[in-house]
Order: sequence, then structure tokens, then C-alpha cells
Amino acid sequence: MEILRAPLRFVFDRAERLLGLVFPPHWNPMLNLGALGFFFYWIITVSGIYIYIFFDTGVTRAYESVAYMTHDQWYAAGIMRSLHRYASDGLIVVMLLHIAREFALDRYRGVRWFSWITGVPVLVMVYVAGITGYWLVWDRLAQYVAIVTTEWLDRLPIFGEPIARNFLSPANLESRFFTLMVFMHIAIPLIALILLWIHLQRVSKPRINPPRGLAIGTLASLLALSLVHPALSQGPADLAKVVGPVGLDWFYLPLYPLLENWPGPVTWGGAGALLLMFCAIPWLPPLRKPPVASVDLPNCNGCMRCFNDCPYNAISMRVRSDGLPFEREAVVEPSLCVSCGICAGACPTATPFRRASELVSGIDLPDMRVAELREEIETRCAFRKGEPRILIFGCDHGVSLRGVDGASVKSISLRCAGQLPPSFIDYVLSKRLADGVVLTGCAENSCHARYGIQWTDARLARERDPMLRARVPRDRIRVLWAGRAGRRGLDALLRQFAHDLSELSSDASPVHTPDTRERPKELVNG
Amino acid sequence: MVRMLQYAGQAIVYAAVAAFIGYFASRPLYQQFPDGQAQIKLSFAHGAARTRECRRLTPQEIAKLPPNQRRPNTCDRARVDMHVQLDLDGEVIYDARLPPTGLAGDGPARVYKKFVVPAGPHTLIARLRDTREATGFNYETRRDVELAPGQNLAVDFKADAGGFIFQ
Ligand code: HEM
Ligand code: SF4
Ligand code: SF4
Repeated sequence: MEILRAPLRFVFDRAERLLGLVFPPHWNPMLNLGALGFFFYWIITVSGIYIYIFFDTGVTRAYESVAYMTHDQWYAAGIMRSLHRYASDGLIVVMLLHIAREFALDRYRGVRWFSWITGVPVLVMVYVAGITGYWLVWDRLAQYVAIVTTEWLDRLPIFGEPIARNFLSPANLESRFFTLMVFMHIAIPLIALILLWIHLQRVSKPRINPPRGLAIGTLASLLALSLVHPALSQGPADLAKVVGPVGLDWFYLPLYPLLENWPGPVTWGGAGALLLMFCAIPWLPPLRKPPVASVDLPNCNGCMRCFNDCPYNAISMRVRSDGLPFEREAVVEPSLCVSCGICAGACPTATPFRRASELVSGIDLPDMRVAELREEIETRCAFRKGEPRILIFGCDHGVSLRGVDGASVKSISLRCAGQLPPSFIDYVLSKRLADGVVLTGCAENSCHARYGIQWTDARLARERDPMLRARVPRDRIRVLWAGRAGRRGLDALLRQFAHDLSELSSDASPVHTPDTRERPKELVNG
Repeated sequence: MVRMLQYAGQAIVYAAVAAFIGYFASRPLYQQFPDGQAQIKLSFAHGAARTRECRRLTPQEIAKLPPNQRRPNTCDRARVDMHVQLDLDGEVIYDARLPPTGLAGDGPARVYKKFVVPAGPHTLIARLRDTREATGFNYETRRDVELAPGQNLAVDFKADAGGFIFQ
């Protein structure tokens, strides 16, 4: 699968960066695909309710009622109809991109299988909703859709009488089937909405609303499209005639020509195989799951920071069980944890200044403990004297750090930028282990662990606990949220940073004195 | 200034996406059915005769049945195959023996077939046998039709309506 993921990821990185030239980071559409999906959903719902008021649900009058909206009431119902259609098309576009992106970023395996699997029926239902929607217009396209769909269903030998016979000739046409379609067109999106709610159960604080600027731009462009190029019907359905040339909605109906022309076993077999493969993707191959976060109760004071920061709702706060004088304790649910380490980055006990007691974090990744991180810092920070010394903390999912290490640059890799407790930056700089610290990670808003970057930014800006201490000189810290493709940016940043550091006062580039250790200053809260 | 350029850039992105959506929402046109042709759609579902005549049960047979299932007749549920033929301008274009549906072979046989033919005058003969006979047809309808280009002519069958229906 990596063969597929890597190029796809490259494409997304590129697209993200190109769009980043004109969109501010949090407005970038590529980083808001799920939220845009919901936004389209709301537009579809509102416009759908409006046009339903004027819609005649009988098959003989449906066409006229739609024509009335488009021609007589073009300024309201007509625009709503166009919005309804184009937002549905937009939904397909962002939904497919959303799937491709979660796939490219490898955010669908391991415990994330849940979000993927619950997405699959939504995908199917969105298509069914669109197909039944086109049916309701009862124009030539609807006739095409009705005939191809029912003929395809008839290829399964389960119906006594071919259902396509409902559309054999004008005399056979009945409202019965049509009414079923009206019902499905309303019921299926509602069911899909419930499924979407389930889809989001395992991510905390899902971003379901796009930022206002992006929402305004999206709505404005849909409105403009609706005015310039309104959605039209394609002439009334007439079962006494074949359909002839027809304008398909290629977002919803790209496979219809195949359904029409390929033999039943191929199309049904293909559809079944595709669905099965889609469901199996999270296990193709399964993620080799790193050990999940674990709590060390004697070091947990129940401060809830890890609980607030975990992006996957994997931590719950329970009543204290060990008799220590705290109200609560953190508990990790292993089946939800993605091993990002953000909780360790949040824990106040994960401070490298602790020397009196052993450095054990209240919560930590068993295979990448903060104590090991401190050791690694101390061994890596053996620089040659002279040039400004830079230590990079790089997230595994962000900019590639291959070959970046040199005489004056050292790097340490993390599961997520959010895994680094801010006190470690303080530690490196105040102990003068390096002259400057660089943090790298995924592109803004596309953090592999969802909130690693946001929390890191907020911790550095002293807006969120645990905060970077005020005494830490900010001009000795750089962050680069650039994703995989950001290596050139990193190299440029390093050159500039080295230059800036050498300009800073000389008292800040003393020799490495590992023995001047301070007494622990940041103690366990409470 | 940079701000304005950014907004202009966003406008271009929005316009491009809107144009993409607006275009592919109904174009390019798709045409499956060839110009100048017409279509004949032969379709119906019909239950052919049972494989054996119903017969009266003997009093002994009736006595052997559980009391709540006693009845005077017994009928085979299974049906025979239905034989359908469609003849266009003297040439047989469809000839099939259609088995009954249903696990017990007791459902109606069904047919759903489409034929693309040149527009113009044609003579159609539809034939059906739904009896236990081995040959021959017990329904046959001949119809001279003038098919317009793009016309869809349905050939239906309803035993209660007397046989084949062309519409
Ligand atoms: C209308 C359709 C859909 C909407 C509106 C939607 C929306 C969302 C949203 C809002 C999130 C949370 C993103 C975040 O805050 O980080 C999400 C996550 C996710 N979605 Fe969807 N989704 C849709 C369909 C699908 C489908 C069809 C699939 C795949 C088959 C899918 C796969 C995923 C996965 C794997 C995640 C989890 C990402 C993570 O764990 O970090 N989604 N979706
Ligand atoms: S490692 Fe990440 S997912 Fe697991 S408990 Fe900690 S913050 Fe949550
Ligand atoms: S952040 Fe640390 S101390 Fe606070 S509740 Fe979580 S494990 Fe306990």
C-alpha cells in the first residue's frame, strides 16, 4: 500500500502548498475536506427542504413542478434547486478527496479502522441519495437512471417480476415506485447523517465546521454558479421513446454506462469486490501497532491535561484508586490509543529538570519514554565548537530529516511534535545544550495525530498548559509545519536560523557544561 | 496588496472549482442509443401451466392428511417452461424456453429483452406457448408497425387481456 500512499501523499502535499499560496493556513480547503463535507450537507438540507415545498410527489406532475421552480420562481426555488444539485456534486468531490487524503496520510489503519469502516456505508448512501434525487425530476435523465438502475437490479435473480417493467411503456408507469424513491431520497440522507455522527465518535473535537472565510467563499461560489449556470431538467421523461443523448452527472453516475453495457455478473461481481476491498483496506496490511500510552499512577496527579489533549478520546478520568490525595486519575483505553504521545507532552510530571526523583511521566509511551528522550538529547548534543548549535525535534510524519545532521545540527525524532513537553525546550536552552531549537511537523492543520501541531503552538504561545516558561528566549526557537515536502524549506530555515543565532549576543553561545544542573524547578502540580 | 492578491487567487480557485462542478454535472453528453434506430422491448412475466393436471384425492389419501390440511384436490406446484418467440420481418430474432422462477419452480417465467432495429415499417409476430404441449404456440399476434427513430415499442403479454399487447 505504501506504493500507493507515497505518490498520493506527494500530490496532496503539493496541492496543499499550492493552495497555501492563496489561502491562509486554516482556510486551506485541502485541510478542511471533512468540514466542507458537512458544510455541503447543510446546504443540501436547507435547499432540499425549500424545494420540497414546491415539489409534486406524483410521477405525472413532478416534472412540471420542478419546471415551475426553475422558470417561474428562478430567483428562489430555482436557485435553491441549483444549490441542491451543485452542493451534492461538491459533496462527492470533497468526500472522495477526504477518503484519498486519509488514505495518503495513513490515518485509516490501527485503531482508526473505526472511522474508515463507518465511512464506507456513508459513501454508498451518498451515492444512493444522489441517484434517487435525479430520479425525482422525472426528466429524460431520470428515465435513463430509472431504466438502467432497475435493469441492473433485475440482473440479480431475486425479483419475481422484473422491476424494470415499471418503465416498459407509458401504460406501465405507476406512482408506486416513484413514491418509494421520494421516500428513499429523504430517508437515506438522514440515516447517513446518523452514521456520520458515529463516524466521528472516536475522534475528539472533530472539525465539522469550516472556518468562516472558507465557508463564505464556498457558498458564494456555489451561488454564483447557480446564477450563471442554473440546474436544468432535460425534457420530460417519455417511456414511448428511448432516451438518446443525455447529460449525465458524472459525479454520481460515472459508472452508469458500464452498468448498462457490461454483463450482470461482471458489474455485480465488481461492485461486490470493490465494496469488500474498501472494507478490508484498514487491514491491508494491518498497522503494526506500537505499544499504547500507559499511566504511571504514582506520577499522575489527575490534572486532566492529557485528557484534554488526547485527539482520539482514548483517555478517561476516573475516581482515584490508589489512595493518593487526588480526586482523579487518568486511564487509557488501549483500543482507542494511536500512540501519538501527545499525552506525554501534556503531562506536568514529564519535566527533564527532575533529578531528585527518577524522570517518570504520569503518562508515557512505553517504547519512547521521556526519560529516554532526555538521555538522547544529552548524547546527541555533542557539537563541534564554533558555529551556532541547533537541535531539531522532528515529528516522524513531518519533514524528512534524513541527512540533516552535521557538525552543528543534530536531530531527534518524535512520534508527534505534540509529544515534546515544552519544558524540554527550556531544558535544552537553559542548560545550553544547544543554541537554538527547531520543531518540525506535518503541515498546519494536517497533523497526523490531528491536534499535535495546534497544541504545540498553543503551548509555545503560553495559551495552553503545559506552557513554555516565560524565561525561554523565543528568538532561539523556530517551528516549521511543512509536511513531507518541506525539506527545502527546512534547509533554508536552518541556514537563516544559524545566521540569526550567530547575531545574538555572544553570552548565549557558551561551552557545553552538562554539570551545571539545576535543582528541579517544575514540580508535580498539587 | 498581498492581501488583495490572495483574495484574487482564492477567487480564481473558487471559480475553477465551480466551473469544474458546473460542467461535469451534466456534460459531456452521453449517448448509448444509435441515431436513426428504434427499440423493441419484449418483456413480461407469466406463469405457465403446472407440470401436471390437478387431480382429485382418493378418500384414503384425504384420510391420511392431518385434519387441518385436508382438501379434495392435489396440484403440482411446479410449472412447465414457457416458450417465447419474436419474429421480425420473417426472421426469428428471439426464441427461448424460459424456466419458471422460484425455488420450487412455481413462479412465473419472465423475459426482459431489448432489440435495436432500424426505424421504418416492420412486421412483428410474437408467439408464446405456456402449456404442457411439446410444440406449437397457443398465443400468436402479428402486428405491422411503423417505427419512428428513437421510438420504444413495448411488447407486453397479459393472459387476461387476451395475449400480446403492443404499445
Ligand atoms: C459525507 C461524507 C463524510 C464526511 C462529511 C466526513 C467527515 C469527517 C470528519 C469531519 C472527520 C474528522 C476530521 C478531523 O477533525 O480531523 C473525519 C475523519 C475521518 N474520515 Fe470521514 N467523512 C466522510 C466520509 C468518509 C468516508 C467515506 C471515509 C472512508 C471510507 C472516511 C474516512 C475517515 C477517516 C479514516 C477519518 C479519521 C481520521 C483520523 O483518524 O485522524 N470518511 N471524517
Ligand atoms: S498516545 Fe495519543 S492517542 Fe494515545 S492516549 Fe496519548 S494522546 Fe491519546
Ligand atoms: S497529564 Fe499526567 S498528571 Fe495530568 S492527568 Fe494526565 S497522566 Fe495524570
